[in-house]
Amino acid sequence: MSFYPLLIVLLLMSAVGYWFGSKKALNTVRKSTNFITPRPHQFGLYVVIWALVPPVILSAIWGMLQVAPLQIEAGTLRQIDQVVFPVLLLLATGAGLYFAILRINPDLRVRRTIEGLVYVILILASIISILTTVGIVLSLLFETIQFFGKVPMSEFFFGLNWSPQTALRADQVGSSGAFGSVPLFTGTLLITFIAMCVAVPLGLLSAVYMTEYASSKFRAVVKPLLEILAGIPTVVYGFFAALTVGVFFRDLGDSLGIDVVSESALAAGVVMGMMIIPFVSSLSDDIIMAVPQSLRDGSYGLGATKSETIRKVILPAALPGIVGAVLLAVSRAIGETMIVVMAAGFAANLTANPLQAVTTVTVQIVGLLVGDQEFDSAKTLAAFALALVLFIVTLCLNVIALMVVRKYREEYD
Amino acid sequence: MPIQAEENVENRSNAEHGVIISTRDVNVYYGDNHALHGVSLDINKHQVTSLIGPSGCGKSTYLRCLNRMNDTVDSCRVTGEILLDGVDIYGPSVDEVLLRARVGMVFQKPNPFPKSIYDNVAYGPRIHGLADNKDDLDEIVLTSLEKAGLIKEVQDRLHSSGTGLSGGQQQRLCIARALAVRPDIILMDEPCSALDPIATAKVEELIDELKENYTIIIVTHSMQQAARISQRTAFFHLGEIVETGDTEKLFTSPTDKRTQGYITGRFG
Ligand SMILES: Nc1ncnc2c1ncn2[C@@H]1O[C@H](COP(=O)(O)OP(=O)(O)O)[C@@H](O)[C@H]1O
Ligand SMILES: [Mg+2]
Repeated sequence: MSFYPLLIVLLLMSAVGYWFGSKKALNTVRKSTNFITPRPHQFGLYVVIWALVPPVILSAIWGMLQVAPLQIEAGTLRQIDQVVFPVLLLLATGAGLYFAILRINPDLRVRRTIEGLVYVILILASIISILTTVGIVLSLLFETIQFFGKVPMSEFFFGLNWSPQTALRADQVGSSGAFGSVPLFTGTLLITFIAMCVAVPLGLLSAVYMTEYASSKFRAVVKPLLEILAGIPTVVYGFFAALTVGVFFRDLGDSLGIDVVSESALAAGVVMGMMIIPFVSSLSDDIIMAVPQSLRDGSYGLGATKSETIRKVILPAALPGIVGAVLLAVSRAIGETMIVVMAAGFAANLTANPLQAVTTVTVQIVGLLVGDQEFDSAKTLAAFALALVLFIVTLCLNVIALMVVRKYREEYD
Repeated sequence: MPIQAEENVENRSNAEHGVIISTRDVNVYYGDNHALHGVSLDINKHQVTSLIGPSGCGKSTYLRCLNRMNDTVDSCRVTGEILLDGVDIYGPSVDEVLLRARVGMVFQKPNPFPKSIYDNVAYGPRIHGLADNKDDLDEIVLTSLEKAGLIKEVQDRLHSSGTGLSGGQQQRLCIARALAVRPDIILMDEPCSALDPIATAKVEELIDELKENYTIIIVTHSMQQAARISQRTAFFHLGEIVETGDTEKLFTSPTDKRTQGYITGRFG
């Protein structure tokens, strides 16, 4: 029997079990006692659980056996797979059904079984998500260790030269590959810095305007609009950066007699900043709104003006949240790929000049993995090393953000 | 008008203390909600005046007219005449922000800023430039804390957070904060309703001392408190003043049935 028919039969059996279970509960349990008993549908669920748990466990065991196949002849194996396993499964289901229905009586603690199942399901869900994360980190780690077997750590962390083209054939010359990641990280920092210079002041000021000055009607219209801005796919910002802003800065530079490349860090950073504005402003908006009205009243009551109140009471009170919002925005900017792929390009220049082209860690990861690659070449493995460092950086940022927020919050309560 | 009956008493206490705030026919609207109906009341200098009445009768609204805190509510509109030392505070020559430095306010829930105790008290003086140098500022902060009866409890932790104090201490910190801008009048909106009995007693004691130098208007839900600390009382009901008079007289022989009903606990 193959998978789908088996599944359908199982579901049918449990439906029948549900029906019988609740019917028996109605007939015997409800009539037999004056006490409050579990509701009939709970008895039905109880039967379904007993019908489905054994086959699920059996299938899980069966699935694990397939990972390390037994040393049996192929024909027998197919027979087991096609006949023995389904029969066992159905038998287990039937037995579960039978005993569950048999056991229905007023004293049966069906609620405990149901709650227990819920508990197990919740735990499984969280374990799966945790294990997945751990698995990803571990695989990053192992590939990175492999990478450092081929390229020395000192070169990766301190090398100033990035050109990851390795020789495809042994006799090729001139492309031994250089894996100095410094230019990538400086590029990332430069673009992130430019982005934050755009996003933090604009986002924060607009949040202050929206919360403290705008009329409620204006707010009701504009706040959702800002949030829509946050939903624009980054690839749209990307070609906006590449086709409009980059060219604009280059032309502006030309007319001022300054040499600006059209893939400048400036263009990518500015557009990335614009992308992050709604993120910063909407987070800050929530945080500023959460500052209690009583603090505003207290300040006005002492004869403070609106701007004094904002500068000296509201913003300091909201600071922890705002710091958190900014760090989250930084972490988002560092991880952003699409805009920089389209606007900043692949040239790994080591420069602090925003008018030059730079590249970022995320862009290089894309570059390393695009196209046909040998899985264990230094070039491919370099992507894992970059990703691991990126992961550690954003993790640290988030941890620091949380710590700052917590410290200020303690002070605030 | 019920006020008429009190005219004699009013004149007597006015002679001793002089009227500092005089309100005539004040109406307040929140949008379409007519919250205060033609309220007229005189407040005497260096006395404690308490405002009592059931919830929602407009006591806070009236109080917030006196320092124009109602201006911060978008929908709120105030008509009528409110004279502070003979000057109409809703007139064109008055800056409501500076008015609030003269008419300080203490709120129902203690609301210290999330700053140090020192910075809380120094907030007003800094904004209004009351101190020329650090020593002046220290002086203002310390005397304000002293007047608020808090100095002993906080003098060796002036730079720890004001929000870390107990509720009663926080409320006295808020009073010190208000005193630091040297107001003439202090408005208090149920300042003890979030405090325990001991903290309440301390604040009441403080109010009694403060009336030597300040005019105090206090909203309270506790009749005993009004009787203990105030010289004059006004009873509000459904947005009107039903009766005003010397506290003792109002509590012992109220002239209006509604006042009688309220102070004997029949409604409210
Ligand atoms: N900010 C506000 N916006 C709209 N209506 C208000 C506002 N504050 C008070 N009110 C209304 O004004 C009336 C009087 O309220 P309030 O002065 O707070 O009463 P009290 O302090 O005596 O309990 C109430 O009907 C209340 O609903
Ligand atoms: Mg009130």
